Amino acid sequence: MSIPLSWFIVLAVVLFGIGAFGVLIRRNVLIMFMCVELMLNAANLALVGFSRSLHDVGGEATVFFVLVVAAAEVVVGLGIVVAIFRRRQSAIADDLAELGG
Amino acid sequence: MNLLAAVTIPDVAIFVLSAALSLAGAVGILLAKNPVHAALSLVMTLFGIAVAFIELQADFLAAVQIIVYAGAIVVLFLFVIMFLGVDKREDLSVEPIVGQRSTAAVLVLGLMASIIALGFIGHFEVGPASQTAELTGGAGNVADLGRAVFTTYLFAFEATAGLLVIAVIGAVVLARKPEAKATAAVVEEGEQ
Repeated sequence: MSIPLSWFIVLAVVLFGIGAFGVLIRRNVLIMFMCVELMLNAANLALVGFSRSLHDVGGEATVFFVLVVAAAEVVVGLGIVVAIFRRRQSAIADDLAELGG
Repeated sequence: MNLLAAVTIPDVAIFVLSAALSLAGAVGILLAKNPVHAALSLVMTLFGIAVAFIELQADFLAAVQIIVYAGAIVVLFLFVIMFLGVDKREDLSVEPIVGQRSTAAVLVLGLMASIIALGFIGHFEVGPASQTAELTGGAGNVADLGRAVFTTYLFAFEATAGLLVIAVIGAVVLARKPEAKATAAVVEEGEQ
């Protein structure tokens, strides 16, 4: 590996931070979902970087499973978004405040 | 040990390309008024991360990243956006909660700074990496990954099959239309 691991880790941290910021400030449920995907991808990048630098294929195998879990999560999450939209005609998180009781 | 001694110009160019693509896409998601534009920015980020995977010689994961994320997940996002008709512009100029953005920025910058600081000042025990052989790239990497998934991680691999079945059933149950003959009250009860 010629690029130092720290470069990839810093890139992953910045991507994770942007994703977390997006989840905190955006109101559209779908865009919040995309920001969650961004955070998952940042973690994947860090896993592959560590896998390469520690000469262990376990990190890459973990990324493989993270991809599967992310696909399942998106399927269920978008199903929930569709179900909510049927009732509320809205994909804005603030409109679901009555879930809090 | 001089870390930068082995860095070659093409490697740096590929890293800078992947970082620029993924960061531009990430900022695009953050600033997009239209969810469709956000989904397209997400494709750009995922492509940038796939380039980074290739730079890290994880070729199989780069291909899977494009196929699963850009090919399946983003298409699913776009399908739901257009199916629901929420592809209208959102007004980003008003802050829904006073101080929300500044608080979020402080929290996230603190998180990022503490992770990077931990990485630089922390000392991690990671085991004897130098004693094992270096990971192979290209086709060897696919073979290594396949061997790991079907031996060491076999149980997890089988469990993901169950997980995917559960996810598909869950999505069908969640997204199906309530039965027409049921009264409104029954629908209220039956559909969680």
